[in-house]
Amino acid sequence: MKELRGIGVASGRTVGPVAAMPPPVGEPAEDGELSEGSDREAAVVLLDSSSSTVGAELSARAQTARQAGRDDAAEVLEATAMMALDATLLGDAKARIGQGSRPERAVWDAAQHVAEQLSSLGGYMAERVRDVQDVRDRLVAALTGRPAPGIPVRDQPYVLVARDLAPADTATLDPSKVAALVTEQGGPTSHTAILARALGLPAVVAVAGATDLADGTWVLVDGAQGTVVIDPTAEQRSTAGAKVQGQTSLQAVGATSDGHRVRLYANVGDPSGVEAAVAAGAEGVGLFRTEFCFLDRAEAPSVDEQVMAYERVFAAFSGRRVVVRTLDAGADKPLPFVTADGEPNPALGVRGLRTATGSPQVLGDQLTAIARAAAGSGAEVWVMAPMVATAEEARAFTDQAHEAGLPTAGVMVEIPSAALTADLVLAACDFASIGTNDLAQYTMAADRQLGALAALNDPWQPALLQLIAMTAEAGARTGRPVGVCGEAAADPLLACVLVGLGVTSLSMTPRALPAVGAALAELSQARCVQLSKAAVSSESPIVARESVASILNETP
Amino acid sequence: MPERRAVVASKVGLHARPAALFAKAAAEQTVTVTIAVTGVEGTQDRGPVDASSILGLMTLGAKHGDEVVLAAEGEGAESALETLAELVAQDLDA
Repeated sequence: MKELRGIGVASGRTVGPVAAMPPPVGEPAEDGELSEGSDREAAVVLLDSSSSTVGAELSARAQTARQAGRDDAAEVLEATAMMALDATLLGDAKARIGQGSRPERAVWDAAQHVAEQLSSLGGYMAERVRDVQDVRDRLVAALTGRPAPGIPVRDQPYVLVARDLAPADTATLDPSKVAALVTEQGGPTSHTAILARALGLPAVVAVAGATDLADGTWVLVDGAQGTVVIDPTAEQRSTAGAKVQGQTSLQAVGATSDGHRVRLYANVGDPSGVEAAVAAGAEGVGLFRTEFCFLDRAEAPSVDEQVMAYERVFAAFSGRRVVVRTLDAGADKPLPFVTADGEPNPALGVRGLRTATGSPQVLGDQLTAIARAAAGSGAEVWVMAPMVATAEEARAFTDQAHEAGLPTAGVMVEIPSAALTADLVLAACDFASIGTNDLAQYTMAADRQLGALAALNDPWQPALLQLIAMTAEAGARTGRPVGVCGEAAADPLLACVLVGLGVTSLSMTPRALPAVGAALAELSQARCVQLSKAAVSSESPIVARESVASILNETP
Repeated sequence: MPERRAVVASKVGLHARPAALFAKAAAEQTVTVTIAVTGVEGTQDRGPVDASSILGLMTLGAKHGDEVVLAAEGEGAESALETLAELVAQDLDA
């Protein structure tokens, strides 16, 4: 029996087989032209067999997903399996081999060609670029005799062993399949450690020799002792507890380790989403979207109909806060009774609060309905308008909401102009909530539906973080709460950065609440500020993530 | 070469699920069938691409309401075209 030692960073004692995190597949070198004749023929044979292997592997995963009832995942996997066997891709790669390319280089270039074509089509097609790149990496790995890239896929829970885990890897980690984490690098405050604790996974970091462990070796991981026992005895195995399940609900009200209060809310898309928000222990609803009431209809719903729908959500959060966003129609959510057809740039068109100019009754009715549903519900109902660009708009909306009997009215900050004039905007209303998804798209001038521009819409973009900082600072000056209710709030590390920037509440998909709450409870407010300064002054989202991770790793 | 014209009925176009179903059906034919987008106002003609290639179909980018041309040659070409034209004219995402 042998034992490796490291630093235990997330407690729990569990046993499982090792699955190593394969190194990422890089771009193959361009050198080494194949000679004519047998070399090229052999390369074509190798390509065909690799394509069959990868295709079969993906089909098998699709079947497993199908049996597990995950039909969406199964469809994606089936489509990627077809791509691995695709005649166009393989035909192009073979032509390149015919000109002397090595098979891995030929596949790389052929896939690149397809990816460029898909990017140029935009929209849904551009989003498939990632699938093509995934298939490309799998083919290159198979051709060069390496394991398939990404978090390993196994039927049974396993102990994930890696040199270190990048934030991008941990994002795709399935806590039901990973029994424990063991890394060669990292420290007790590394992002890996924070995420492991948030997910309830036993973890040991800084384990010298961890990556020498062969795949399939059984190990006993003790996250409290910081030990990894190789080939544990039956007696030792029996001491392993069942995996500590990750928390499924918030364990305490949101706060940093030194007690700086941050409200943790859930985003709710329709009344049926309320149960999940309550189950996750949300302190309230930070974004109650109301489009569900209006979609798929030829005419606006009546006040009575809206009152009934809103009451259900308010009742579930009696005694707590619910922030209702008024109708956000237009752009990707057109509605016949408020939005116009044929705008050349719908994302820059009449959408959100702007539709109230042409259809004032829709907003008036909605405010009436919200106020009526709020009365006697016991919930503290706030209301906010989407797509506000100016202080003038903020004031008009706030006045109208107050007149309708809603005492607390605010605005979404999702247009850079609102962030740039945040002092004026906040002086004209009662609070602000930053919609990071749209704020990113308008700040970077990058359509958020375009896969090819996904990197520009990364919520870690320093420009976006600066606008958030400006808004939060204005909130502190004017004494108004400033929350975040976009994707950004659901990323545990970024959530800590946002708190460092001065954001007072975070609203997210309910299932992200436990992990965000746990991460926040680990860091002091001063630490969050330190992280946020590093992130804001970074050159790129990648550098921002890395600098935050390295601060956590280096200075405890 | 025998040809058939059909209008894409799938709401999402020949993408995603419809593309996968269509490519699968094309691969089951005894002849190679090609598909092209032609005569769509405001867009350049695209293709032809191999109808059994999901990546080919995706780069073709045929949208709901676009007219496509299917072509094949050899024994069984007519029935292959018949089968595939019918698929194009169905909403495969329904």
